[in-house]
Amino acid sequence: MILAAAPASPADAWLERAPVLLRDALTGWLPDALRPWVAALLSIATILGVFGLLFAYMTLAERKILGRIQNRPGPNRTGPFGLLQPFADAIKALTKEDIVPRAADQVLHFLAPVVLVALSLIGLAVIPFGRNLVAVEMEASVLYFFAAGAATELAIFMAGWASRNKYSLLAAMRALAQLISYEVPLLLSVVPVIVVAGSLSTTDIVAAQGGWAAGLWPHWHALTPWGFSAFAVFMVAALAESNRSPFDLPEAESELIAGHLTEYSGFKYALFFMAEYLGMAALSAMAVTLFLGGWQAPLAVLEFIPSYAWFGVKLLLLLLGFIWIRATFPRLRIDQLTRLSWKFLVPLALVNLINGGVWAATADWTGAAAVVRWFISALGVVVPFIFLARSLSAGYGPRTYRYASP
Amino acid sequence: MTLLLAVLALVCLVPAVAAVLVRNLIHSALLFVLAWLGLAVFYLAVGAEFIAFAHALVYVGGVSMVVLFAVLLTRPGRVDPLPPPSTQRAIGGVAAVALVASMLGSSIFWTRLPSMEPIPMVSLRRLGELLAGPYLVALLLVGLILTVALIGGLLLAAPRRPSEGGDA
Amino acid sequence: MLGKGLLQGLAVTAKNLVGSYHDPARYVTQEYPEVQPKLPEAYRNFPFLVSETADDPMGTLRCVACQICEKECPPQCIYIEKSKDKKPDANGKLQIYPAVFAIDTAVCMSCQICVEVCPFDAIKMDQEFAIAATDRFDGLLLNREQLAKPNAYYHQIHPTEASEVDARLAAERRAAEEKARLAAAAKAAAPKAAAPTAAAAPGVPAASASPGSIPPPGPPPSSS
Ligand code: SF4
Ligand code: SF4
Repeated sequence: MILAAAPASPADAWLERAPVLLRDALTGWLPDALRPWVAALLSIATILGVFGLLFAYMTLAERKILGRIQNRPGPNRTGPFGLLQPFADAIKALTKEDIVPRAADQVLHFLAPVVLVALSLIGLAVIPFGRNLVAVEMEASVLYFFAAGAATELAIFMAGWASRNKYSLLAAMRALAQLISYEVPLLLSVVPVIVVAGSLSTTDIVAAQGGWAAGLWPHWHALTPWGFSAFAVFMVAALAESNRSPFDLPEAESELIAGHLTEYSGFKYALFFMAEYLGMAALSAMAVTLFLGGWQAPLAVLEFIPSYAWFGVKLLLLLLGFIWIRATFPRLRIDQLTRLSWKFLVPLALVNLINGGVWAATADWTGAAAVVRWFISALGVVVPFIFLARSLSAGYGPRTYRYASP
Repeated sequence: MTLLLAVLALVCLVPAVAAVLVRNLIHSALLFVLAWLGLAVFYLAVGAEFIAFAHALVYVGGVSMVVLFAVLLTRPGRVDPLPPPSTQRAIGGVAAVALVASMLGSSIFWTRLPSMEPIPMVSLRRLGELLAGPYLVALLLVGLILTVALIGGLLLAAPRRPSEGGDA
Repeated sequence: MLGKGLLQGLAVTAKNLVGSYHDPARYVTQEYPEVQPKLPEAYRNFPFLVSETADDPMGTLRCVACQICEKECPPQCIYIEKSKDKKPDANGKLQIYPAVFAIDTAVCMSCQICVEVCPFDAIKMDQEFAIAATDRFDGLLLNREQLAKPNAYYHQIHPTEASEVDARLAAERRAAEEKARLAAAAKAAAPKAAAPTAAAAPGVPAASASPGSIPPPGPPPSSS
């Protein structure tokens, strides 16, 4: 449930408290017994509405940005600037025939997209979207988030296996291999944050990132050497977890038609897309929470802008990063994918775990010692990176192209 | 509360039994996932939040994948053309039930039931302190055993090179 | 160093993203229905029939229904019926004309063979590409009224080729006139040569006999 507003000065601003006030206005006339239930329903509806719209416009933004990067305008026919395109797509998906292959496992084939969307959504419950704006407050919310997210590949496996199609099955295998490989660095990169913040609760982690060093440099985890390294590992693993390019091997359309989506059509197909974007948004929201200070403003003078707006801005920036990366990099091969995880990301995250531990142990160093602390931490990032990068790219030197001579 | 526990027991047990009975290996693996999920919800219901999520993360997220992977990668063995005669099957069934019953029976029948007394709420921090303090040796030992098991598994599964005289 | 190539790649795409908003060299898309494409001169798709003038296309078709193109067309998509009567063509000469001239553009493969074989420069390749129709027979089977387009249009779409054709036709016409003039002159000379005998004939004045027997001098009547 949404907590009561804390009596801090920026927290008292009217805009800041607007969501809470709105909720109280909506539920105030109800009997006390009903109120928490209605409030919970309201937060569910809000999350569904906001992230549903976010999904709709992410698809549009993605197509427009991909278009611009490829020097074309992207969808611009439906409504001004193509703003109605998502709705046109939704209507199209809804009115299409839903085909289930006769040989498919009917139950699993139906269940897969439902489970996938549900699992991608429930992770959002523990994200603090703003000061006092978190749907469910619990002690182990970080763990909850990853437990919910880990099962998504299971749904992809179900989709691939139930379709009774060789391409789908290959996609299912790839999804499993990918998940097993990338779940490890994803979780390992989060551990130092938990060690430093000393809590598994998302609200506490955000609270731990408040304040500014020298009034300018926010205490966000991504702005420390170990935190930056963990952030980078997290984002790469998140790309793989959400099956986004360049790690979109399960649905590699040039090799597997559409992978696990091959036998899906109509609205179920749209559900898969929705799950992909929701998963991406959930992981980005988690990254914002863990590394980018959650809803904290980057500068004290900017605190008049409400916290949820800051959260939204950071989330959108990360999502744009996802699109940018998709537009840039070619897809990896499956051996390159697992190699990157086991030989690079996992060792890096492990070293970073020690690094984070050292940072947590030296939390009381001040003055010149703080500089030393920074230096140690930076060393703990750069040195392993150089060595691991060297071993990863050994034998993969720049290619020399030789053309046939006439 | 009792009703909730009963429902949860059903949610855990029905998929587990079904998993043993169904023919399709993938189905039984997925049914196991359901049973594990039920177990996680059970932990949640009795207030062990951390265990619940860790259980879901490890079993639903990790172990299930490994099981499915193993099922997909294993070549189906030769199926016996004739199922064993029904008397043999009956004997086997009785033996299995007796074995499980004798193992579980003691804990089920000799444990006092009033476990419905208020559960002591252990905070996450306390849990961590316990694990890193008195139980540290146990934790490390478990980790060691798992590592040894992993290496042993790798050694067993790794294809032998012909130079080593293996027959693989 | 690992990651340098990745960053370079990101820089390239970022440059494209920003550049597409202000740099026309990076943003080359023409939005079709609003901006019509500037087709290259050599672009061709379906044939059309050339008429001399725009106001009387049927009367001034260059086609004389010789049916060469009909026979040569590989997929046999041209259908011609000759007229029973004759009409003066653009040059005023009496010619057969196509009573029916139809091209099934659903079958035409745009090979331009009809154009190559036509001895009268009567059929040329068009540039009209927006030909989608809901009915294969109404929309894509073009009759001679739909096919006829004036020479000026030909100049508009294929200027170089059209001026070459015009120059050639003009040269041919001049040569023909020259020939006709020479022939006329020769004919005019012939009765003169025969005149002494004619004049010798009694009772027939040579001067009065010659105008009636020779064709009118000068060029054939120019275009109507
Ligand atoms: S372009 Fe070719 S196919 Fe088309 S009408 Fe002429 S000869 Fe026939
Ligand atoms: S278009 Fe040319 S080739 Fe065809 S019938 Fe007419 S004059 Fe003859």
